[in-house]
Amino acid sequence: MADGPPIEVRELVKVYGDVVAVDRVSLTVEPGDVFGYLGPNGAGKTTSLRMMLGLIRPTSGAVRLFGRDPLLGVAALEGVAGFVEAPRFYPYLSGRANLQLLAGLDGGDATSLIPEVLETVELTDRAKHKVGGYSHGMRQRLGIAASLLRRPKLLLLDEPATGLDPAGMRDMRRLVRRLADSGMTVLLSSHLLNEVEELCNRVAIVRSGRIVYEGTLADLEAAGSGTWRLRTTDDHRAAMVCHQQRGIQRVLAPDAAPALALRADDEDAVAALSLSLARADIGIIELRAQTASLEQRFFALTEGDGEADGPDVSDHLPAPDGAPPATANGSDASTLPGAIA
Amino acid sequence: MSTTTFDDPPVLSAPTKTTTRRPGVATVYRWELRKLRALKRTYLGLGAAIVVPILFVIAVASRPGGPTDVPFGQYIHTTGLAIPLVLLLFGSAWMYPLISALVAGDIFASEDHNGTLKTILTRSVDRGQIFAGKALAAFSYAILAMVVSATVATVAGCIVSGFNPLTTLSGDSVSPGRGLLLVAASTGIYLMPLLAITSIGLLLSVVTHNSAAAVVGTLMVSLLLQLVAILPGLESLQPYLLSTQFDAWQGLLREPIDWAPIVRAGWVSALYAVPALTAAGIVFLRRDVAGG
Repeated sequence: MADGPPIEVRELVKVYGDVVAVDRVSLTVEPGDVFGYLGPNGAGKTTSLRMMLGLIRPTSGAVRLFGRDPLLGVAALEGVAGFVEAPRFYPYLSGRANLQLLAGLDGGDATSLIPEVLETVELTDRAKHKVGGYSHGMRQRLGIAASLLRRPKLLLLDEPATGLDPAGMRDMRRLVRRLADSGMTVLLSSHLLNEVEELCNRVAIVRSGRIVYEGTLADLEAAGSGTWRLRTTDDHRAAMVCHQQRGIQRVLAPDAAPALALRADDEDAVAALSLSLARADIGIIELRAQTASLEQRFFALTEGDGEADGPDVSDHLPAPDGAPPATANGSDASTLPGAIA
Repeated sequence: MSTTTFDDPPVLSAPTKTTTRRPGVATVYRWELRKLRALKRTYLGLGAAIVVPILFVIAVASRPGGPTDVPFGQYIHTTGLAIPLVLLLFGSAWMYPLISALVAGDIFASEDHNGTLKTILTRSVDRGQIFAGKALAAFSYAILAMVVSATVATVAGCIVSGFNPLTTLSGDSVSPGRGLLLVAASTGIYLMPLLAITSIGLLLSVVTHNSAAAVVGTLMVSLLLQLVAILPGLESLQPYLLSTQFDAWQGLLREPIDWAPIVRAGWVSALYAVPALTAAGIVFLRRDVAGG
C-alpha cells in the first residue's frame, strides 16, 4: 500500500453552476481514526465523499487516499471501501448474488469472504432473497457486508444509521465500533450527533460546504468551557463592569436570561471580575462555569456565526475609555482549537 | 437486526493465499450477461425474436401466395429458406432495432435508475473496463437475438415449406445446403447496421440516464433514417444511410456475389457506430456520478 494518511484532502472545491457545494475543504484522517464528518443535510458531506471515492471530479483541490489520487483509477481504492448515501444494489438479484457480483469485481479472495461477511451483518438467513424485498436496514447492512469484501483498511460510511429504527441504529453503531476496534480507519459522515459522540475520536464540522471545525471531540467540547453565567443584585451595572473588565466578554445567550452570559479568557479573569463587582457594591447571586454540549457546539457552528454561545454583544455597550468597540464576531470559529477560518 | 451484540472476534478471517486473477472486462461481461438473464426485458426481446417468426410462418401456412413486392416473397411456399430472408426485410423497419435497443438503451441507464453505478465504480475495475464489458454484453444480446430469430424462422419455415433449393436474386437455383449457408451469412451481414443501431442505443443510454428515453430514442433514430431514405431530393444520401445497409446482405444472393453493398455496409455502419461508441465511452469515463 502506498504511503500517506488514509485520507488527505486539500482545498477541495466543487461548484455546480453558481452553487458552491464544497468550499475549500481540507482535512486529514489519520490511521486508526474514527473520524466524524458532521454537518446538517445539504452541507456538502456526500459531495465530499463522492470526490474522495473518485465518483465526481473536484472543480479544484486534491484528494489522496493512502497517498494515491482516486481520479487516476481504481488502484487508488485498494484497501478502501464504503458507500455514499444509501448503499444500492440490484433489486432483482438476491443479496448473495449481489455480493458475488461485487466480489467478482473485487477479485482476490473476496468471493470466499461472502459467508463470513453475511454472518457479520446477520444477513445469512436472508441472503437468498431478492434485495428488492429488503428493508432499509437490511440494505444498510448489506452495504457494510459489500464493503467488508474488500478487506478495507479505510471505510467511508455515509449516514449508515439514517432511516433505521432505534434498535437498528444501536446495532449499526455496535457494528461500526467493532469494525473500528478491528483496526479499520473509519470516516463516518453523519448528522446524528449522538452517533458521532459515541463513535468518533475526531470530527470535522461542515457548514454550507465549508469546514468550520476540525479536531478532537474533547477539544470541541472544551472550547465551550470558557463561558460563565452571572446573576447579580444589579445586572445593568454588572454588565458595565463586565464590559470594562480585562479578559471578560459578554455574549448573547437568550436562554441565559435573566442572567448574563460571559466569556472569560481564564479563571483569573473571572476571579478579578468578582472582586470588581464587589468593589462596585454589586452582590453576586450566581457565578458559574457553563459547559457546552456537542449539540450546542454543533448548532452554534452550523446555524450561528461560529460562536458556541452566541455572538459577542460588546458592540452594544459603550466603549470604555474611547476604545473602539469590539466586533460582533470578534472571536469566530478560528478561535476554536483546530478551527479553520 | 436482532439485539445480539457484535462481540464475537475477528471481523474478517485472515487473507487466503489463493488469489484469483485481477478482474477485468471479462469479469464485467460475465456479470452483465448474468444480470441480463435475471431481467424480464431480456426475455421480452428474445421472446419477440422467437414469436414473430413463428407467427409469420403460421400466416404463410394459412394462406396461399405471399408478399410479391419484396425479394424472396414469392418463394416462401417453395422453400423454408426464403422465410428468414423475408423476415430480415420486414424486421429492419423496427423489430430488430427495437429488440437490440431494449438492452442497449437500458444497460447503462438502469445503473442510474437503480443507483448502482456508484456501487460498481468503487470496486476494483476501471470505468473503461465496465464500459467495454457492458457494450460487449449489449452487442452479444443483439447477435443472440438475430441468431435465434433466424434459426427459428429457418426451422419453422422449413417445417412448413420444406428444406428445398433457394432461388437467388439472379434467378439461379442453389442447393438447400448452400442456401442455408447464404441465410447464415446474410444474417451476419445484417448484424453490421444492427450493431451500429446498438451503439447508438448505448450512447443514448449513457447520455440520457433514462432507460425508456434511450430505448425510444434509438427506435426513433432508426425510423428517422428510414424516413430520410424515402424523402424526395435526398436520394444522394441513400448509400450513406444506416437504413440502406440493412439491405446489403442481398448482394450475397446474387450470382456472382455483389460485394460492393456489403463492403459499403461495413464502413458506413462503422461510420455510425464508432463515433457513437467513442462519444458514449468519453461521457461515461468523465461523467460525475452525482446520483446513481
